[in-house]
Amino acid sequence: MRELSTKQKILRFMANNTVPLLFVVIIAFGVPLSGYSPTYLAGEVISRISRNTFLIVSLLIPILAGMGLNFGMTLGAMAGQIGLIFTTDWGIVGIPGILLAMIVSTPLSILLGWWCGKILNMAKGREMVTSYIIGFFMNGIYQLVVLYGMGPLIKIISPNLLLPRGYGIRNTVNLIGIRKSLDNFLMIRIGGVPIPVGTFLVIALLSVFILWFKKTKLGQDMRAVGQDMEVARAAGIRVEYTRIMSIIISTVLAGYGMIIYLHNIGTLNTYNSHMQIGMFSVAALLVGGATVASAKIRNVFLGVVLFHLMFIVSPMAGKRLIGQAQLGEYFRVFVSYGVITTSLVLYEVRKKRERGMSGLALAQDQEVTS
Amino acid sequence: MNAALMLTKIRQMVRSFGLPRIIIALFLFSLFILAPFFNVNVATSLSDTLNRFGMNAVLVLAMVPMIHSGCGLNFGLPLGIISGLLGATISLQVDVAGPASFWLAILFATPFALILGWGYGQLLNRVKGGEMMIATYVGFSSVAFMCIMWLLLPFNNPKMVWGFAGSGLRTTISTEGYYLHVLNDFLKIRIGNHFIFPTGMILFFTVLAFAMWAFLHTKTGTAMTAVGSNPVFARASGIDVDRIRTLSVVLSTWLGAIGILVYQQSFGFIQLYMGPFYMALPAVSAILIGGASVNKASILNVIIGTFLFQGILTMTPSVMNAMIQTDMSEVIRIVASNGMILYALTRKTEAAR
Repeated sequence: MRELSTKQKILRFMANNTVPLLFVVIIAFGVPLSGYSPTYLAGEVISRISRNTFLIVSLLIPILAGMGLNFGMTLGAMAGQIGLIFTTDWGIVGIPGILLAMIVSTPLSILLGWWCGKILNMAKGREMVTSYIIGFFMNGIYQLVVLYGMGPLIKIISPNLLLPRGYGIRNTVNLIGIRKSLDNFLMIRIGGVPIPVGTFLVIALLSVFILWFKKTKLGQDMRAVGQDMEVARAAGIRVEYTRIMSIIISTVLAGYGMIIYLHNIGTLNTYNSHMQIGMFSVAALLVGGATVASAKIRNVFLGVVLFHLMFIVSPMAGKRLIGQAQLGEYFRVFVSYGVITTSLVLYEVRKKRERGMSGLALAQDQEVTS
Repeated sequence: MNAALMLTKIRQMVRSFGLPRIIIALFLFSLFILAPFFNVNVATSLSDTLNRFGMNAVLVLAMVPMIHSGCGLNFGLPLGIISGLLGATISLQVDVAGPASFWLAILFATPFALILGWGYGQLLNRVKGGEMMIATYVGFSSVAFMCIMWLLLPFNNPKMVWGFAGSGLRTTISTEGYYLHVLNDFLKIRIGNHFIFPTGMILFFTVLAFAMWAFLHTKTGTAMTAVGSNPVFARASGIDVDRIRTLSVVLSTWLGAIGILVYQQSFGFIQLYMGPFYMALPAVSAILIGGASVNKASILNVIIGTFLFQGILTMTPSVMNAMIQTDMSEVIRIVASNGMILYALTRKTEAAR
């Protein structure tokens, strides 16, 4: 292959990284406009890395298996929340509380992930929109369980958790017992910026797990399934099983991620916390330069930093610029959705072009042979 | 022998109609039967159901063209709704009182619907096969974009803008004094104390539905169906597939714009900002409950579906509340409507892409 000139290289780099570069530009304008001090921004960004990274990493495995962005990660988030409700009820505090919530959430996540994977296997080719609707559907079931089932059917000991009418969990659950307990474990300060080493260790462990997992038999199978389902099937890979496994892993990780996310925030909005999480995680991953077809650990970290920097500065920047903080808030919502839309469109267009090119190549091959 | 034959026949019927639909229809039917036992007035309920039917039917009708041309379920309905909102706000800005404002709103909404719909159609032509996901996010991002615009656009009718700031539209704007109930009250028939038949609104829907039916039987309409059921065959027979698809998207968007105006005149308020955000989902599930699939829909599906869906929405709060003293209607609505969409998405569709 011919060597590319520097100019071509730069152009290609820009074409492949449009979204992250666009974000760098937005932030370059937004940060000075907002007037926040660098120490404050660094602290905020670090706290958000520790809060969100685990959740975003849970999206990686289904992308590897070619199932696109798993909007069904809300299922895992619900499982995590149910775990937290139970441990709060049992009054288990600190890191043991977090661990126990994770243990409680695991079987729920596995069950939900298995079910979600089953349904996605019935909707091959439109996994994303289906997983998105599954999230909504399960939200109904979640409400049924948490708002009506908890109390009469599922024993809740603490009356503080229940609504005044005697059943159903309150709209907000105070997680004071476990709040920041993992973050404060091994907390160090560098130049006035607190760094939660404990949480970072957990995230590092997860990253290593993902890298290791990609090399295992199952990980390789997933890559094969993601590239071409039929070829993988011909090679003797159990396609359906592999796809279900990828969703189960994603759901379980999303559950753990949600617990870490909420432990950092300190309160659980019982009926809202999980609804937005899918959208924000997906947007952050895409901002980091991932696509629907490929995502790496480095996309996660870049994405968290860029996306959340934008998120922190835009209300203040909007206030300084137009005099309305509301404007900045709408702006960041618009950017989140805009990024997802753009990435989805680029992915489909690219897929179509590749299909066209492979068709042409096939035609050429056949002409040569005949 | 006879019983076995009957069983297979019933099974066939169930299969062709779809089990979830039968469950939903039976559920609604039982609600109507149970209603009198719990002191819920059936006449009021029927009247409410009819009213809600009229409010939502046009929005559901907006699903039909895109399903016909193979673009799938129009999760991008908020784009059409935004065109309608632009028409509504401009009409109020012009400040013509009375029923004329309704027709003005339609007039102002139309160019926006045509332009936005055209762009949306062009986009969907480039992403064939992934329309539904992209449509969802086109809807979301346009709603978020318009949130910024509602704040910045130079509207200044004091009935619409925030009182203290003097600029930026309110989140809800009353249509009172403009087109509140223009269709509802047109030739309305009152039977007894509790039942009102909103003739004008139903008539308006009937006209649009009939026009849609007629359109689908014209040459272009048949071409649309052909594109939806087999694009390769359609192209071979000389149909410009992309042009037909764009046309269908424009039609859907325009109907969405009209639909929200009909909704507002009955509801009484224009809901801006995040208001249109989730409005696509009820319309999508309604048409699916009516028997449509991802690539097949008829006017009858619209009528049955809207009636069933809105019927459940009206009946569950009142009857369930009286029955078990708990308002579970929200949960039932979420599970039924999204379950229906899931059911449709997981069916194998004949149209090969």
